[in-house]
Amino acid sequence: MSRIDQTFAALGQRKALIPFITAGDPSPEMTVPLMHALVASGADILELGVPFSDPMADGPTIQRASERALIKGVSLRSVLNMVAEFRQQNTTTPVVLMGYGNPIEAMGWDVFAQRCDEVGVDGVLTVDFPPEESHDAFAHLQRYNIAPIFLLAPTTTESRIQQVAKLARGYVYYVSLKGVTGAGNLDLSAIADKIPQLRQHISLPIGVGFGIRDAETALAVAKLCDGVVVGSRIVQAIEDSTEANVIANVSALVSGLKQAVEQA
Amino acid sequence: MYNYPDSTGHFGQFGGIYMAETLIPAVEELRDAYLHFRDDAEFKAEFANELKHYVGRPSPIYHAKNWSDRLGGAQIYLKREDLNHTGAHKINNAMGQALLAKRMGKKRVIAETGAGMHGVATATVAARYGMECVVYMGAEDIQRQAPNVYRMKLLGATVVPVESGSKTLKDACNEAIRDWVTNVESTFYIFGTAAGPHPYPMMVRDFQCVIGNEARVQMPEMIGRQPDAVIACVGGGSNAIGIFHPYIEIEGVRLIGVEAGGHGIASGSHAAPLTSNSKVGVLHGNRVYLMQDENGQIIETHSISAGLDYPGVGPEHCWLKDTGRAEYVAINDDEAMRAFHDLCRFEGIIPALESSHALAHAAKIAPTMRKDQVLLVNLSGRGDKDINTVARLSGITL
Repeated sequence: MSRIDQTFAALGQRKALIPFITAGDPSPEMTVPLMHALVASGADILELGVPFSDPMADGPTIQRASERALIKGVSLRSVLNMVAEFRQQNTTTPVVLMGYGNPIEAMGWDVFAQRCDEVGVDGVLTVDFPPEESHDAFAHLQRYNIAPIFLLAPTTTESRIQQVAKLARGYVYYVSLKGVTGAGNLDLSAIADKIPQLRQHISLPIGVGFGIRDAETALAVAKLCDGVVVGSRIVQAIEDSTEANVIANVSALVSGLKQAVEQA
Repeated sequence: MYNYPDSTGHFGQFGGIYMAETLIPAVEELRDAYLHFRDDAEFKAEFANELKHYVGRPSPIYHAKNWSDRLGGAQIYLKREDLNHTGAHKINNAMGQALLAKRMGKKRVIAETGAGMHGVATATVAARYGMECVVYMGAEDIQRQAPNVYRMKLLGATVVPVESGSKTLKDACNEAIRDWVTNVESTFYIFGTAAGPHPYPMMVRDFQCVIGNEARVQMPEMIGRQPDAVIACVGGGSNAIGIFHPYIEIEGVRLIGVEAGGHGIASGSHAAPLTSNSKVGVLHGNRVYLMQDENGQIIETHSISAGLDYPGVGPEHCWLKDTGRAEYVAINDDEAMRAFHDLCRFEGIIPALESSHALAHAAKIAPTMRKDQVLLVNLSGRGDKDINTVARLSGITL
């Protein structure tokens, strides 16, 4: 059983809190301490953003985080090393890499999948690789039992949901609004309408993200699904902090989110 | 028989649909609409009518005899896309996509623009059809193409400066995609070049093929045969594929794409992914040759011409390069500038800096050819928009 499957099995009816940070933001040295702090504050799964020069699906907050990381020389190679370092102390919390396909293409999917296996990456989400273009890529992931995580959107059709259901492992990530990361126009009733449609075809846990900004929205969303993904709000807290207080600020924020999600 | 892309939008390994899930249904809707209307008699008739009466087609071919004589070799003929309404080939595609948007019931159109010509073309067709129009343009390009920014505003478009990344065309693309993902149901993205996710490379090519289709008729009328070579500048590559594609199956006609060599390929400061043997990668919805570092990050490009200042290239050019049917070369900034001035002085035509790259390559190879040989250059746009750039480089304040 994979770490992701074990995590959801252990949660039972409780909902997962899945925070996102960009690897290398605010600095490469802070990423592993932040990952441990997220876990200590109640994170069930970690999504670690791989910075990319052209983050087309991201709003300004995560764009700036990517830029901060890239300026400090962060690459896919160094992100994998960060996961290896994290695993020296934590062997149970799943880590999902989230980003765009080109850095992986440049490394080669075979090398990448092997490195993921070596360092302890559990899932990979490539925003700009839909199932149609992913067959070769995900064959490499499959060889090492790394879960391909897929996005589903309010615009996703029934037939595409079925297609994703066949390929997805771990969990699926429902993008709760039409827009980039960090947008604010969350429509809870639309999520409530869509999740049952997804459940008809998808037996995996469903995480929901995009637009979750506080404990109140986290609780409301958690009631509708199996896991809550919070990204831009945490990245914003990192941006607003200094190196001295970033761990404390992020921990406080994530603890608050955890309390909310626990009530669902 | 050359028949690309395949039904999934691939030219060999190139092309495809690499987009975030939210946009996939929009791209599929667009593909289905295009496949339906491209064979629709009423659509074809309206497009042809608009090209004739609004754009001013067919564009003529002109024998640049003075310049050819000075160069002392092959005869250079110019396909005058600069004479189109709005001053470039971009209007052919913008018109086609606007007619499609109208039929799909989309009231809002968005576009990215580099030099501003595609932005102006999109603003123009939006005004023509009463659509809301938002154009994304890199902040650096807004500086170097100020006249086009004002033209778009006169036409009623909103021009949004893009401050992220290198503040040029690729960043404008990113921002337009972000707009589309947010407003996907109301909005049609009028993409400006023969790249991006399927069906754009095919659709933009088809709309631009009017250039080559006309030339194939016009050249035999003028000289009794087809040219020895067809030359066009390549950024994303829409004017080039528009004139190349109808010639692909005509034997004996060389197809030469000219990329922006910037300060020279060896300097690394250029925008020539094909000529510099860049690796294959994925950006903006398609798999293409792409300028990137060893970690797969897209690197900043340089060209004197904003319209060529892009790290990728359309998938069909990648395919034509690999199959050997077309050849690709690079022309440096200073060579393009020389061709720009020569065409002004010897032919009385101010060419776009983009097109000046194609002209410069013609000037380079013409002297090596016989006087009865013929080069057809796609003069893809006029250079009025570039006079500030040229003046600045010449040390002149306007």
